[in-house]
Amino acid sequence: MKPKHQRLLLALIAVVALVSAGLIAASALREEASYFYTPTTLAAANVPPGKAIRLGGMVQKGSIVRAADGVSITFIVQDQERSQKVAYRGITPDLFVEGSGVVADGRLRPDRVFVAESLLAKHDENYVPKELADIDMTAAENTQNTVSQ
Amino acid sequence: MHRFANPARFLRIAKPLTPALFWLGLLLTLIACIWGLFFTPTERLMGDTVKILFVHVPSAWLGMGGWTGIAIASIVQLVWRHPLAGVAARAIAVPGATFAAICLITGSIWGRPTWGTWWVWDGRLTSMLVLFFLYLGYIALSNASSEKGDTSRVAAVFGVIGAVNIPIINRSVVWWESQHQKASITLGGSSIDTAYLVPLFIAVVGFSLLFGALVLMRMRTALAEMRIEARMRRMAQG
Repeated sequence: MKPKHQRLLLALIAVVALVSAGLIAASALREEASYFYTPTTLAAANVPPGKAIRLGGMVQKGSIVRAADGVSITFIVQDQERSQKVAYRGITPDLFVEGSGVVADGRLRPDRVFVAESLLAKHDENYVPKELADIDMTAAENTQNTVSQ
Repeated sequence: MHRFANPARFLRIAKPLTPALFWLGLLLTLIACIWGLFFTPTERLMGDTVKILFVHVPSAWLGMGGWTGIAIASIVQLVWRHPLAGVAARAIAVPGATFAAICLITGSIWGRPTWGTWWVWDGRLTSMLVLFFLYLGYIALSNASSEKGDTSRVAAVFGVIGAVNIPIINRSVVWWESQHQKASITLGGSSIDTAYLVPLFIAVVGFSLLFGALVLMRMRTALAEMRIEARMRRMAQG
């Protein structure tokens, strides 16, 4: 074996070992390195009330309820399988709208309602021009109207 | 590949290639920036903030692509001992670090109005910051070797090891729940509307050509410095 081939072999072994080490470490971190719980992982994790955690997911359509004081709201965060009720008091971010993503910092109350101390909007991977979205919305509304009529 | 590893032949090709890449890259970058800034529609939720996309995405691509280049050049340097490979790896480091920094800064500026925060420690943002620090480490390490233009083997090993971070950055939004959105452009297609996708594509090509021109300039400078040093040493001895 020429020295060049020996070095090539060593380099290949090193790269394979490094990549496997990285992958193993990353998969071991899968739970810990997640930035937030989704309603499903939160239900499975059995988090005690009062522990500071983050909850993320989609704001369920039609679930935002504003209280009479103007700053308190409740809404439901959902993923594909489960949903979680959230209570929050404060100013919501501009992108906090129904059907969009949200990440909330807070704690579970003993009655399993998640009390958020801060809200961050989470943008999804879709980039849609405003005009197109308006057309879509109008189309959807028209369909709804037709159905309801 | 061996044909191009000869520094003299490399310089003959690099000399006309540098201005070609530079001017074409600059032209495309300007077109993409003007198009992106003035002729794209406002986004449904983000409004005009979406326009940071045309700088953020190409910078992220070059930050990650730069280290991939360092890793490949480092392997070539370690295995085949091509002196030009080490020169290439070192030439990539500073532009790569710069684009990684631009990616972090523009992302932060985008995050404030969109998410409501400048920074969060989620998987994507943290691994990208780690990439920036790896660049700084690589630059320090390759400059620590005694001679100008010297292709240090320690730096090459570091370049290969640091490459572990690249797939982690790429997969971070898939493996872990993150504040950062998932990939918009995948093999399966794009969830970015064509109105944004076309200028974005031009921006990525333009930035990449500029990056190539910068790397070639830095490689030529490094080779010239090595020649000066060699000549000085001969004069000192003679």
